[in-house]
Amino acid sequence: MSIDIKNKFKAHLKQNAMIIALVSIVILFQITTNGILLKPLNVTNLILQNSYILVLAIGMLLAILSGGNIDLSVGSVAAFVGAISATLSVTFGLPTIPTIIISLFVGALVGVWQGYWIAYVRIPSFIATLAGMLVFRGLTMVILKGRTLAPYPLSYQKIASGFIPDIIGDGSGLHLTTIVIGILCSILYIFFMIKKRRSKKMFNFDVPSNFSFIISTGAMVVIINLFTVWLALYKGIPNVLLLLATLVLIYSYITNKTIIGRHIYAFGGNEKAARLSGVKTNRVLFGIYVNMAILAALAGIIFSGRLNAATPKAGNLFELDAIAACYIGGASATGGIGTIIGAIIGGLIMGVLNNGMSIMGVSIDWQQAIKGMVLLSAVAFDVYSKKRTK
Amino acid sequence: MSENILEMKNITKLFPGVKALDNVNLKVKQNQIHALVGENGAGKSTLMNVLSGVYPHGSYTGDIIYKGEVCEFKEITDSEKKGIVIIHQELALIPYLSIAENIFLGNEQANNGIINWDITLSKTIELLKKVGLTDNPNTHIHTIGVGKQQLVEIVKALAKDVKLLILDEPTAALNDDDSERLLDLLLELKNHGVTSIIISHKLNEITKVADEITVIRDGSTIETLVKGVDEITEDRIIQGMVGRELTDRYPVRENKNIGDIFFEVKNWNVFDSDTVDLQVLHNININVKRGEVVGIAGLMGAGRTEFAMSLFGRTFGSNISGSIIKDGKEIHIKDVPSAINHKIAYVTEDRKSAGLVLLDDIKRNITLANLAGISKNNIIDLNREIVVAEDYRKKMNIKSSSILQSTGNLSGGNQQKVVLSKWIFSNPDLLILDEPTRGIDVGAKYEIYTIINELISQGKSIIMISSELSEILGMCDRIYVMNEGYIVGEQDREVASQESIMRCIMQNKRRIHEY
Repeated sequence: MSIDIKNKFKAHLKQNAMIIALVSIVILFQITTNGILLKPLNVTNLILQNSYILVLAIGMLLAILSGGNIDLSVGSVAAFVGAISATLSVTFGLPTIPTIIISLFVGALVGVWQGYWIAYVRIPSFIATLAGMLVFRGLTMVILKGRTLAPYPLSYQKIASGFIPDIIGDGSGLHLTTIVIGILCSILYIFFMIKKRRSKKMFNFDVPSNFSFIISTGAMVVIINLFTVWLALYKGIPNVLLLLATLVLIYSYITNKTIIGRHIYAFGGNEKAARLSGVKTNRVLFGIYVNMAILAALAGIIFSGRLNAATPKAGNLFELDAIAACYIGGASATGGIGTIIGAIIGGLIMGVLNNGMSIMGVSIDWQQAIKGMVLLSAVAFDVYSKKRTK
Repeated sequence: MSENILEMKNITKLFPGVKALDNVNLKVKQNQIHALVGENGAGKSTLMNVLSGVYPHGSYTGDIIYKGEVCEFKEITDSEKKGIVIIHQELALIPYLSIAENIFLGNEQANNGIINWDITLSKTIELLKKVGLTDNPNTHIHTIGVGKQQLVEIVKALAKDVKLLILDEPTAALNDDDSERLLDLLLELKNHGVTSIIISHKLNEITKVADEITVIRDGSTIETLVKGVDEITEDRIIQGMVGRELTDRYPVRENKNIGDIFFEVKNWNVFDSDTVDLQVLHNININVKRGEVVGIAGLMGAGRTEFAMSLFGRTFGSNISGSIIKDGKEIHIKDVPSAINHKIAYVTEDRKSAGLVLLDDIKRNITLANLAGISKNNIIDLNREIVVAEDYRKKMNIKSSSILQSTGNLSGGNQQKVVLSKWIFSNPDLLILDEPTRGIDVGAKYEIYTIINELISQGKSIIMISSELSEILGMCDRIYVMNEGYIVGEQDREVASQESIMRCIMQNKRRIHEY
C-alpha cells in the first residue's frame, strides 16, 4: 500500500516536473527582476511575444509524437504565408477575412506538398523539411523582392495585438468583460469536472474523495480567476490568447480522446505494430504535416500582424524554438511520448527565460547559451528518469 | 586420435522466464567438422553465442575450455583474439564497402591509424585465392551474390587467423552449387588446421561433411554421433532431434466440432517486396474449416510468415495474385483495416517489434486494433476502454500490477496475452497465429493453448504457424507442410508425426532443388 502511494507520488512528480520547473523559473525571475516579470503589462506581453511559437509548438508536437519527425520549414513557411497575406492585403487591398482564409489555404497546400514527400515517398522528414526551409525562404524573398511590405489594415493587426472589446465595462481601468469571462470559464470547468466524476462513478471506478475533489477543482478555479483579474488590470484578454486557448483545448482533445490521436501515439510508439493493427500510417503522417503547415501559416499571420509588416527575415529560427518547446515539455525524441500541454509549458519556460533575462539586461549572446543549456538539461532529465524506471 | 580443441562443460544460460540452455556439454576435436543440430529454439545459436562471447562470461554458468585453458570471454573480440570466429546467419558485411575493406574491417592493416592499402589489397588477393574467388578486391559487396558473400565472410575469418570457425546456417540462403562449394571449402580448411562447428537444418549436407554430430533438444545435449562409430543417417538424426514425450503439454480440446470449409486461399503467388522479380510464394492452396486449427509447419525461411502477412492486408510482398474465399464469397483485402473488417486477425511472430507498442500501457495496446469498438463519432470513451481492458486482464490472466503497466515491462508470456487480447477484442472469426508461443515458458504456453481451444469452441478458425513440431502436432487438426515457398504436403493429425513432417520437408527440399 505504502509502495503504491510512493509510486503514485513519483508518477505525479514526473508528470508535473515541467510545471514545477516553470513555477520555479517564474519565481526566480520575479525576484531577480524586482517584481517586473509578473506585472499585468508584462504578463500580457509574455503572451503576445510567445503566441506564434506556442502555435507552432502544438503542430510540432504532433510531428515529434509520430516517431521523432520534426519540421524545420515552419519558420520559412510562416514567412512565406506572411508575404502572401501582405501581397493580398497591402498590395491588392483584399479585406482581412478573405486574406486570412486564402493564407491558411496556402499553408494547407504547402502541407500537402511536404506531406506527400514525407509520408508517401518516405523522404526523411529532416531532409524534406530542410529543403522546404530553403524553398519557402527563397520564395518569400521572391514575393517580397527582398523588401518589407507594410502596413496592414488595422483589422489584420488586431488578430495579433488586439484585445477583446470591453462590452460591459465602463473603461475605468478594470476590464470587466475579462473578469466575467474568467467566471464563465470557472463555471464551465466545474461543470465538466462534475460530469467527468459522475461518469467515472457510473462505471464504478475509484474517484478521489469529495474533499480532495473540491480542493483540486477549487484551486484551479482560483488560478483561472487570478489570471483573468490580472489581465483585466491591464487591457484584458488579448485576441491571440483566446485563439491559443481554443487551439490548446481542441488539440488536447484530439490527442487524448479521439481515434486519430491514439493512432498518432501508436504510430510513434511502434510504426510496424501500428500498421499491423490497422493504423493507416501513411495517411496519419501526411495529415500531421498538412496540419503543421496550416498552423505555421497561422503563426505567420499572427507574426506579421504583430510586426505590422511582412519581412523576408520573418520567422527566422522559429522552428528551433518550437522544437525546443516540445522537448523541454517532455516529448520523447524517438516518438510516442508527449502532450500538448507539455509543449505549451515548454514554450512558456523558454518564453519566461527570454523575457526575464531581457528585463534583467542579460545580453542576447548569454541568453542563447543559457537557453541551450536549459534544453539540454531538460532532455537529459527525461533520458535519465526513463533509464531509472527501466 | 586427435584431442579436443574445445570443451564446453555444464553450460546453463537463463533468459527471463526461460531456461535456454540446461547443462549443455559439447566436445569438439581438433581438425574436424562438428555439426550441431536441433529444432528451432533448441538452443544451438545460444550455445554458440555463449562460446563466442556475445553473452559475456558471468551471464551463464559452466566452463569453456579452449586449447586446454579455461576461457572467460567478455566480448566477441576476446574470443576472436584466440582464433574463434562466428559467422552469423545474417551476414555482417557492409554492402557499400569493397571486398577488401570488408575483409579487414576492425582488423585494418594500418600503421598509427593510417591504412596501408597496398598490404590490404595484396593480402586480400592472396586470401581470396584460398577460397577460389577471383573477384576484384575493390568490388562493392552488394554487387556480388549471396554465395560469394558467404565466402567473403569466411575469408574475413581467415584474415583473423581463425582456428575454430563457427557457421550458423551457412547454406540457408545459398543455392545447391554455392552450398556445395562452401562445404568443399570447409573440408579443405579442415586439412589446413581449421576446425569448424556448423549449425544446419540441411541434414543431407551434415551427413556428408560432419565428423561428429551433437543433437540439442530443448536446451539440453541429447547425444553425440560419431562418424564411423554410430550409424549416421538423416532418419537417425531426426529421431534424436524430435524424440520426446508429448504427454500433458497440451490441454485436451473437448467437443470437437469441425464444420464446413470456411476460408480458402487459391493459387496464391507472391513476389518479394524489395526484389520484385523474386517469387517468394508459389501457387499456394490451403483451406480452413470452421472450428478447425490448421497448422503450417516448416523450417525458418520456408515462407510461412510471408504467406500470413501477404494474406493480412498485403503487408508483405508485391505483385500478389490469387484469390481468397471466405464464407463462400471471394473477398479482396487491400490493406490491414480491410483485413480487420473481414474479421481476420494476425498475431505477429515478433511481438516486441511488430505486435506491441511497448511504451504504451496494457490498456492502450488491447484497444488499438478496435478503437471503433469503444468510440462514438471517432471519440474514444476512455471509461469504457478501462472496462474492456480490465475485463481482458482478468479473462486472459495477464499478470501485471494494473492495466496501466507499460507492456515493455511484462514477461514474454504476458506480452503475448496482451497481443492475443488485442486481436480477440477486434472480434475476428479467423485468427492467424504466427509462432504464438515463441520464447515463452511452459506454463504460459499451456495458458495460450487453452485460449486457442476456447476460441475454437466459440466456432472461430485458426491458422497456426509454428516451428515447434510438437506444438503443431499437439494443437492442430490438420497440418500443411511448407518449404521454400511451396506447400509440399498436407497431413491429418491422425497420421502425422514429427518424423513424417520432418521427412516431408527434407524430401521436398531435394525435389524443389531438382526442378
